[in-house]
Amino acid sequence: MALEVLLWCVAAHLASAPVALVERSKKATPFTYAAALGISAIALGTAIWSLLAAPVGAQTLHLPIGLPWLGACVRLDPLAAAFLVVVNLGSAAASLYGLGYGRHEKEPRRVLPFFPAFLAGMNLVVLADDAFTFLLSWEFMSLSSWALVMAHHRESGNARAGYIYLLMASVGTVSLLLGFGLLAGPGGGYAFDAIRANSVSASVSAAVLALGLFGAGSKSGLVPLHVWLPLAHPAAPSHISALMSGVMTKVAVYGFIRIVFDLSGPPAWWWGAVVLLFGGVTAALGVLQALMEHDLKRLLAYHTVENIGIIFIGLGLALAFRANSMPAAAALAMTAAIFHVFNHSVFKSLLFFGSGAVLTATGERDMERLGGLVHTMPLTAFAFLIGSAAISALPPFNGFVSEWLTFQAILLSPQLPQWILKFLTPAVGALLALSAALAATCFVKAFGMSFLGRPRSRAALDAHETDAFSLTAMAVFVILCLAAGILPGYVIDALGPAVQAAVGTQLPPQTGMGWFTIVPIAEVRSSYNGFVLFILVALASVLAAYIIHRWASHAVRRSAPWDCGYPDPSPATQYTAGSFAQPIRRVFGSVVFRAREEIHIPAPGDTGPARMRVDLRDLVWDALYAPIDRIVSVTADGLNRFQFMTIRGYLTLVAAALVTLLVILAIWH
Amino acid sequence: MVDALVQLGQLLLVLLIAPLLTGYVRKIKAHLVRRRGPRVIQPYRDLLKLLRKEVVLAENASWVFRVAPYIIFATTWIAVALVPTFATGLVLSGAADFIAIVALLGSARFMLALAGLDVGTSFGGIGSSREMMIASLAEPALLMVVFTVSLLAGSTQLSSVASFIQGPEVGLRVSLAMALVGLVMVAIAENARIPVDNPATHLELTMVHEAMILEYSGRHLAVIEAAASLKLLLYLSVIACVFAPWGIAVAGDSLENYAISLLLYGLKLAAGGFLLAVFETAIAKMRVFRVPDFLGAALMLGLLATLLLFVSRNA
Repeated sequence: MALEVLLWCVAAHLASAPVALVERSKKATPFTYAAALGISAIALGTAIWSLLAAPVGAQTLHLPIGLPWLGACVRLDPLAAAFLVVVNLGSAAASLYGLGYGRHEKEPRRVLPFFPAFLAGMNLVVLADDAFTFLLSWEFMSLSSWALVMAHHRESGNARAGYIYLLMASVGTVSLLLGFGLLAGPGGGYAFDAIRANSVSASVSAAVLALGLFGAGSKSGLVPLHVWLPLAHPAAPSHISALMSGVMTKVAVYGFIRIVFDLSGPPAWWWGAVVLLFGGVTAALGVLQALMEHDLKRLLAYHTVENIGIIFIGLGLALAFRANSMPAAAALAMTAAIFHVFNHSVFKSLLFFGSGAVLTATGERDMERLGGLVHTMPLTAFAFLIGSAAISALPPFNGFVSEWLTFQAILLSPQLPQWILKFLTPAVGALLALSAALAATCFVKAFGMSFLGRPRSRAALDAHETDAFSLTAMAVFVILCLAAGILPGYVIDALGPAVQAAVGTQLPPQTGMGWFTIVPIAEVRSSYNGFVLFILVALASVLAAYIIHRWASHAVRRSAPWDCGYPDPSPATQYTAGSFAQPIRRVFGSVVFRAREEIHIPAPGDTGPARMRVDLRDLVWDALYAPIDRIVSVTADGLNRFQFMTIRGYLTLVAAALVTLLVILAIWH
Repeated sequence: MVDALVQLGQLLLVLLIAPLLTGYVRKIKAHLVRRRGPRVIQPYRDLLKLLRKEVVLAENASWVFRVAPYIIFATTWIAVALVPTFATGLVLSGAADFIAIVALLGSARFMLALAGLDVGTSFGGIGSSREMMIASLAEPALLMVVFTVSLLAGSTQLSSVASFIQGPEVGLRVSLAMALVGLVMVAIAENARIPVDNPATHLELTMVHEAMILEYSGRHLAVIEAAASLKLLLYLSVIACVFAPWGIAVAGDSLENYAISLLLYGLKLAAGGFLLAVFETAIAKMRVFRVPDFLGAALMLGLLATLLLFVSRNA
């Protein structure tokens, strides 16, 4: 029943896509987004219902479309339902946000038809139950999002972003295609049921892990396959950026879980080591690159890379625990990963919505030209502040809970018998701790530079609060950030069946622990209660403020800033995003980015300005992509000669080719 | 019922003695350089004076600036109240383990750094930027210390850690020694003490903590100062609870045991404060860009201690 509803929702999305092309009037924008909102809301309700209330197990359906001998298989199990909740929650909020934000779109017909198609694609990937449907929907999702990235293709850099995205997406799909090919084996059973029944050898499943990691990693932004992500995600309109960063990367994570945990059979212990290593490096490198970034949306995109790293750390731990038959620990690590999937989709969408509101109000994404928006856009500022606190893993918000669960999983890992894991896990734990602390630094910078201080440009001074639709969408996520943070037990219990589907066990029920405490393993070991913390902090601060205002003093006098006696009226004397990140750049930059500073100070008497230039290098690009780029260019240059030959030359080539083929044929026989 | 009373008592106790600890450390430092120094109750007088004064608010200060002091104060206060100081078995200790206490301090720091940026002065910016740089090394170092003690005790709950350390199976351990050194280094950095920062300075180019709160006055400054005192108390209490938990009262103890543990707690704080003052007097402040080396060493110590425990349970 639920599966049929979801399929009808997908069909409705697809049906609403062409309307924007036919409808030429201004009604197309509200119609498309309102339709998408309604459909996503129904799908969201269905997904939540099937996760919470539906009987455990899977519903399958065989549709008579697609390849004649295979058809299209779809399936709804708790794992898919959990990810459908994430997908459709993000979609519904993005549609709501689009109702307001979409009005500022100059060329809506470049966006509107692809928006519902993109939503349909993401839903279908999660529902797919055979390799053909999966890859087709995956590619559909990639291409429709590529079209959305290219919506503003005339802006500088966007065309390049779209091109790199398209390349990476195709390479990733090819790798998944090969992976499914290996899984299906010579028999060619491409339905997931056939793949599950077909046991493959250890070397084949290792190759499947590599291909799955490559394919899903290139879509979700795993280092070193992340280079397209910070280019492409910010290039799209902001609600699309929210969908790509918050939701599409999660669909890729779903693909990874489905292939590695469900389809490729029992894991070997070293799978966990590989995934952990990639996760740890991704988390640390993502946040460091975000710190160096001054473009608000690109900073958020780099944080997506960081958070994908955190999710993959959880997945790696789950693999390691599962391979060593430690079901409770595997359930804990998997819960942490899926909880973080949910959390990241919530706060990253919220932050992208906020940056979109800033972009609409000021036309700026560069933090060096923002500032002081807390006065002109107080509600957006509040929402962005909550999102920033949540992504920085600060209690009592939701980001902290999933990181806390990941830490608890790491603390269980000394029981793993393999030496490599014994060395790797604490190192990855340190990387995780480091990236959490750096994320807080980065969001002090992002919020402080954009919303606090004095306006650094005319546009920032004249900003105004954004529309009611956008604010409502942000408000929903603000509430979710807090609710999932102070009542995590309900989320953990709701995710239980999905965790069960992935690793075979789930955490003990948390809602019965009393007073909303969560106890993942045992009470003497660890427990956390966000609800009590939130109530205590709120009570203490309100009480302190009340007592002081009532009995001590409540007088306020406004005056010029003190600034040690030397306040400068020019906003240019404030700290900038670049100067804020300078200490971090000195600590990490010289190694990670080969940072170089060139300082030019004019000679005495010269009235010219002093200049400082910072040169950062992306070592991943230099080491990996630049050589590939060079090889392709050199090969293409070489082949280019064949395009400008005389007719005699071509005839000689044709004759030579013919003779060669004949010779080969002769030898063959 | 007793647990609830102990919890309530601790909430009030930490609030009452935090300024005393600050005054005491100042007094010792003054004596060490042969000054008489202000009386130990001077911080109370300062707080009362500041509380009664009007707030002089910069013209473009926003609500973030006005709300931040109370959140910083409340978060730090609650964090200290959840550390077992003189008694374990607090009613609320299940709400936050060691990791959550570290994260609560992170929330307070986040708000403080934002408040430093709110008015848009260059000193506020310099303070926030440097504070976050210090924190982004100190917090992971602290978490590594947390990992070490939790791996040993098999729990991230501070009360379980305290009872484990008192148990017979601890002995002398390399990893614990490393963790202690790391924790002390983090405590020095996080409390803006010499050699990382100087709480008494207003020399523009070296200040970190003071630069962030430069624009604060009146009651706002008072609660921020109170929060700073509470944070010092918190770190000393954590060190006492994890590395010297002897005599700490457990649930169901008799009244005189509580009195003894309270007395012992006071002695531990006095010893810790004395050592801090001696250390601060004996050492010179380091350049800001040497701080990462200092904290990097703390991080490495913590990581090494954790690694040792992953490799061998007896390290």
